[in-house]
Amino acid sequence: MADAIRIENLQKSFRIGFIPKTREILKGITFSVREGETFGYLGPNGAGKTTTIKSLLGLIHPDAGTITIFGRPHSSPRSREALGFLPENPYFYDYLTGREFLAFTADLFGLCREEKAERIARLLKLVGLERAADLPLRKYSRGMLQRAGLAQALVNDPKLVVLDEPLGGMDPIGRKEIRDIIVRFKDEGKTVFFTSHILQDIEMICDRVAIIVGGRIVKEGGLRDLVSEKVLFTEVTVSGVPPLAFAGLGESISAQGDRVLLRVYGEARVDEVVRLVHDSRGRLIALSPRTETLEDIFVDTVTRT
Amino acid sequence: MKIRAIAGITFKEAKRDRILYLLFFFAAVGIVASRVLAILTVGDRIKIIKDVGLASISLFGVLMAILIGTGLVYKEIDKKTIYTLLAKPLYRAEFILGKFLGLVVTLFVMTAAMTLIFLAIAYAHTLKFEGRLLVAVAYIFLELVLITAVAILFSSFSTPILSSLFALAFYLIGHLSWGLELIIKKMQPGAGKVLVRGLYMILPDLENFNFKTEVVHGLTIPPGIYLSSFLYGVCYTAFILGLAVLIFRRRDFI
Repeated sequence: MADAIRIENLQKSFRIGFIPKTREILKGITFSVREGETFGYLGPNGAGKTTTIKSLLGLIHPDAGTITIFGRPHSSPRSREALGFLPENPYFYDYLTGREFLAFTADLFGLCREEKAERIARLLKLVGLERAADLPLRKYSRGMLQRAGLAQALVNDPKLVVLDEPLGGMDPIGRKEIRDIIVRFKDEGKTVFFTSHILQDIEMICDRVAIIVGGRIVKEGGLRDLVSEKVLFTEVTVSGVPPLAFAGLGESISAQGDRVLLRVYGEARVDEVVRLVHDSRGRLIALSPRTETLEDIFVDTVTRT
Repeated sequence: MKIRAIAGITFKEAKRDRILYLLFFFAAVGIVASRVLAILTVGDRIKIIKDVGLASISLFGVLMAILIGTGLVYKEIDKKTIYTLLAKPLYRAEFILGKFLGLVVTLFVMTAAMTLIFLAIAYAHTLKFEGRLLVAVAYIFLELVLITAVAILFSSFSTPILSSLFALAFYLIGHLSWGLELIIKKMQPGAGKVLVRGLYMILPDLENFNFKTEVVHGLTIPPGIYLSSFLYGVCYTAFILGLAVLIFRRRDFI
């Protein structure tokens, strides 16, 4: 599968303060986002997430390194033809109505009149802003602005969507709706690159993640690989076997009737439990490995770095 | 198409600015007051009306260009609306040109409105329409276009207050630099003369756009002067815009 985004050895430092002092923000970032995947970019505040996104979009000039978007160098505006971007805090022209704002962004992609009208109507419906379409943006709530921002990011029907904290400031229903839209992107074959502090959302949506700490990528990989690296224990529910039979194999958490819930550590012991149930002619009802959540891995990685 | 979209949004934003209407109000008051001044004058009254009218259009036009132009690019960066714009397939040069054209259109509308009032006042006095006045206004407008480019240049790297001061200084230097020409004529040949000549070449000479005296007093102007002034305006504006684009392209939007 081709790369939608390819970032190699990206470095960026800023000179700040009255007596300028160089502060290195990105210290040689390398990762790629494959076409069609949903990629989560995580990191604590100040780690360099937004700097990476700004470099990708050509808003800041990297000191070193290369960035390509669908094989094109990021410095060429043409590389952004198939890209949609939602900034972290949506800042738009507040005197425009939602519809006018979308029409303006459509003009920046040179859409013809019919295509523009059709696209705007479809997007307003998609993000649930049909009734507020003719209100000026200054009257929008934060959640509504976020939706308007998402709509403008999709006005060119992009192959790659870059979302900086898309779920921030949304109520639970709004969050679910935006999450559903992001999941729909995947079904439509779009590539999604997004940052979020809400790790449960990333866990639910992403195929792969990268964790950036102090300007360096400290972990990158498929979500399943990262998470399944650490199976803490396995919960096994069995029936028809007395709890005492599992002594030494696992802890009995609860017993209801002849149903027993066991916590078993280590894969070898899980195999032994399964064999024991089979030999005792009991029934294996459920077997669920409990892995660390993404949040555990994130906290662990950040504190260790 | 993209430049037109940016220009359109700039025009929409500029025409919401109250300062524009305040300046327009004062310009209108100045033009109308010229009629009162004319009544108090002994001699050729229409000359006073033309003089004060054209000066009002020029002065308030320049203030509009500076006060609105210096905030345009800065506001986009300050309010972070630029993030959404530059994330689109848009060259930074297109952004600068769009901003410039949007303000030029705004100034065109305002200059046209001020000129209408001016022509109406002049017509009320003489009962005839004088086409030559439009030539003077056209060159005032050309000067406003150049000042707009200068305001946008400073706005691309500085705050509105500093940019306004820089642009105002450019305007004042531009109207006083012709004095250097006199100095050059009176200087002895040597390094000093070369230096002053070099300075005169670099500094803007906005008197090139000043046809007010000729128009008011009915003096003839050789056609070559019109053309050279026009070319000077176009080339200087293109140079300043080029500089603005160069600076803007190198900027990081943190």
